[in-house]
Amino acid sequence: MEHENISQVQVQPADKAKIWGIWKVMLFLLAVTAVEFVVALAIPLSILSHPVKVYIYIALTIVKAWAIVGEFMHLSHERKSLIWSILLPTMFIVFLLFILIVQGNAIFDALY
Amino acid sequence: MANTAVLVDENVNAWGGGVAPMKASYGKLMMWFFLLSDAFTFSALLITYGLIRFSHPAYDGMIEDFVFSQEYWPIPEKVFEAVPFLHGVSLPLVFVGIMTFILILSSVTMVLAVEAGQRMDKAAVEKWMLWTILGGFTFLGCQAWEWSHFIHGTGGGGASLSWNEYGPSNFAALFFFITGFHGFHVFSGVMLNFIVFYQTTVGKLEKRGHYEMVEKVGLYWHFVDLVWVFVFTFFYLV
Repeated sequence: MEHENISQVQVQPADKAKIWGIWKVMLFLLAVTAVEFVVALAIPLSILSHPVKVYIYIALTIVKAWAIVGEFMHLSHERKSLIWSILLPTMFIVFLLFILIVQGNAIFDALY
Repeated sequence: MANTAVLVDENVNAWGGGVAPMKASYGKLMMWFFLLSDAFTFSALLITYGLIRFSHPAYDGMIEDFVFSQEYWPIPEKVFEAVPFLHGVSLPLVFVGIMTFILILSSVTMVLAVEAGQRMDKAAVEKWMLWTILGGFTFLGCQAWEWSHFIHGTGGGGASLSWNEYGPSNFAALFFFITGFHGFHVFSGVMLNFIVFYQTTVGKLEKRGHYEMVEKVGLYWHFVDLVWVFVFTFFYLV
């Protein structure tokens, strides 16, 4: 009898609202991806030039990254110290991006 | 009994040891910092793609008249327009859209597995982990098809690390490197998910009293999805 008591695990009932919240994040991600497809394929370059499209893609990608990291990976609900420990170091990525864009243009100018 | 008191010192240093100042376990924190370092690696690869792409001439004619040439960088939607079973039909970016959908869906089933674990619902954890593993394998299958199509080409000789029919040789090299590195992450993720699925099935995690392992591999799996979102934008859309 005692052994049975030890192995008993309390299964909590599922929270319907929480699960619907998870599916809502997925629908949001799909909607943003659909918008990217429309911008890429349905809108001609005469309306939106290529650089404008690129800026739209980057903005929408950051929106999607925020949904995945914040909600799926739960970072928005963590302590402030943890959030900043992860977010601040990513500024090195922005730094590298800046350097290599300058460098790429320099290579292009040297070659062509 | 009346003498029993719990001493709580409000001034105790949260960083002095003995407590979790970020309210996250050691394992979860280490997973976060590993993923941060992995983010640096993937950023370096994608930024290198940008560097090499913009040090090549861009195609500046009408999109309708686009033909593959070694002289300029290809337009991605002209390269990736094939879908299995629909040979010869031009469906730009449709297949990669399906792959994105599969990976996002498998991320959702992963969140549902984490949610089930927090409720100690063993059967639901098993179910959602299995769906996640299935999603991962489906994605890998799609990628295998895409690689095969890319390598064999559309009659122009296909692609290798040193030469390709689509554009400058670096285009194919970067395609193999970036999607290959991501694909290997997906493969590792499927393996980790399978180990945790197995540990759930044999009751190891239930005996432990919590399903935090599901949360840890969940973080890794979402990161793989996150990287794909960036690969999708910077390799296929831009």
